Amino acid sequence: MALPKTFSPHHGAPTGPDAGAARGGSWRRSWQYSGVPAWIYALAALGALFILLPLTGMVAQVNWGQFLPLISSESSVAALLLSLRTAAASTVLCIIFGVPLALLLARTQFFGQRILRALILLPLVVPPVVGGLALLYTFGRAGLMGKSLQLVGINIAFSTTAVIMAQTFVALPFLVLSLEGTLRTAGQKYEAVAATLGARPGTVLRRVTVPLVLPGLISGAVLSFARSLGEFGATLTFAGSLQGVTRTLPLEIYLQRETDPEAAVALSFLLIAVAVIVVALTYRAPKPPQHSSVSGRADAL
Amino acid sequence: MTLQLKATLAVRNVDFELHVQPGETLAIMGPNGAGKSTAVHMLAGLLKPDSGLATLDGRTLFRLSPGGGSSAGSGGGKGRGGSLWLPPHERGIGLLAQEPLLFPHLKVLDNVAFGPRSQGATKKASRETARHWLDEIGALELARRLPAALSGGQAQRVALARALATDPELLLLDEPMAALDVNSTPFLRSLLKRVLTGRRAIIVTHDVLDALMLADRIIVMAHGRIVESGPTAAVLSHPRSAFAASLAGLNVLSGSLSGNILSMPDGVQVTGQPVGSQAVGAQSDGAGSGARGEVAAIAAFPPSAVSVFLAPPAGSPRNCFRVRVSDLEPHGGHIRVRAGQMSADISPAAVAELGLAPGAEVFFVVKAAEVLLYPA
Repeated sequence: MALPKTFSPHHGAPTGPDAGAARGGSWRRSWQYSGVPAWIYALAALGALFILLPLTGMVAQVNWGQFLPLISSESSVAALLLSLRTAAASTVLCIIFGVPLALLLARTQFFGQRILRALILLPLVVPPVVGGLALLYTFGRAGLMGKSLQLVGINIAFSTTAVIMAQTFVALPFLVLSLEGTLRTAGQKYEAVAATLGARPGTVLRRVTVPLVLPGLISGAVLSFARSLGEFGATLTFAGSLQGVTRTLPLEIYLQRETDPEAAVALSFLLIAVAVIVVALTYRAPKPPQHSSVSGRADAL
Repeated sequence: MTLQLKATLAVRNVDFELHVQPGETLAIMGPNGAGKSTAVHMLAGLLKPDSGLATLDGRTLFRLSPGGGSSAGSGGGKGRGGSLWLPPHERGIGLLAQEPLLFPHLKVLDNVAFGPRSQGATKKASRETARHWLDEIGALELARRLPAALSGGQAQRVALARALATDPELLLLDEPMAALDVNSTPFLRSLLKRVLTGRRAIIVTHDVLDALMLADRIIVMAHGRIVESGPTAAVLSHPRSAFAASLAGLNVLSGSLSGNILSMPDGVQVTGQPVGSQAVGAQSDGAGSGARGEVAAIAAFPPSAVSVFLAPPAGSPRNCFRVRVSDLEPHGGHIRVRAGQMSADISPAAVAELGLAPGAEVFFVVKAAEVLLYPA
């Protein structure tokens, strides 16, 4: 009597909203008990729809007949190339500064560590416009450091450098968070063993830590790139909107929306396409750790 | 020219001192939480004691005075005030843990070559060393595999080869067989027997067989202290701690000894044969505790010497304990009757005849001649 009762949830699942996927479930792997209640499927489906519907709505507005001419105007191409260049540069900066930050947060203990973590997360919760203002009042012509920089002939605000800085500012937390999580999940056992084998800390980092957390590093970098690509508020505030210098694709889209809505929609689609391609090529869902040892133990049984 | 370790660590309530001679294998045993792995991790440099000193063949691994090493967070180096902490990679101490922890992104050969390569050997030379050690453990055919394609036993053998490839001055084995299935354990144990011969090693284990086969000496730890140490055979044949006696499969009772009678705290008396080099009664200044002529002591006897009765047998020079049966389990060809901390091995027929079941009140009877008494 008790047995059929315990098994009833998976009889219920295929009749749920996700029935199609569940019925064709054998294409992936053998059935496993998940313990997910049916109403969770319903809410998850609504959530997915909420993201999918607006995208569909926009794609429906694209004037496909004029698509190529719309996206190949001089200003559009300049904006796309600038976006790709600056997003790539800020991703590199995110890796250079984000990897050490993530390592310090995940692997060491020091006074003020919690404050540092909160500070790094700040760009996630602060409106980008505010972030842009902060950058402006620091590196702008009249800013805290901008004045001294100007004395030695460096002018950051309203330049391509400013675009990269604004993008790095907003994208850095994505890399740090992603990598810190991976580092914590991976643990320090492999590093400890490497040290007992005579490897100095630098060697351990290069030959053990980085290869082990590479999936997390890559997904963090991809997230940073995507965030940089879409950056708008901080860029506009700190870097302005000069064609070919600081007007990135999102700024171009916003500008075109006023004058040429069809071009704006076409460019939006282009931006989404670029983001989707980059993410699809590089982003992998986090794998369950130590898959091999689990299966090894199962074999032993 | 020995390994010497003396350390305290308050947060884990650990305080002990040990020595290992060159070529000697030491087994550390003890219940969970006794501080065995703590000792090993201190030697490997993965855990920092509050204070202590460790030297390996005259080299100082660490020297920390109490209160002196408060700036421990920064990692290491030769601090002020004579305190010193050698980082793990400068110690020349190998570690084989419970899990193989092979680097998943490196092939077996490169895993084994990792140590020599990190110590500055060329790529070619370190691979040569790796091949030698893989051959030594009979796993050369696995060289090109990734760790994910190895069984648990194979992975642990490769991990052993990796630890040996650095030619460590001391090899630490922290329960190396605990995570293996029963089929791979004997193979790894005989492999360890072979490679540990003439090599200085410390093995932490729960298995008395490991201690018997692999170790020259054994240390029993409990609550962060060393409670017993000596040659393996001596410790197991004359155990002085409850844990060592249970390892040897003996019943152990503790109390205070006067003549040939051990009085337990609950008032029960045990008659037995005092052993040890000195006559117990003469050792009045021994432990400094208890009345004149009384010393703390333990009584030990094998479960096979215990008979089980439903009523106390009358008039014989035997010890008789009134106990309640807690458990019955098969043990060899016998049934082991557990009652509290004592057990008796009797035949299945006797169990049936007595009608024994958990909860039954019975009398454990053991001849005085079978009970050995030692000063604790």
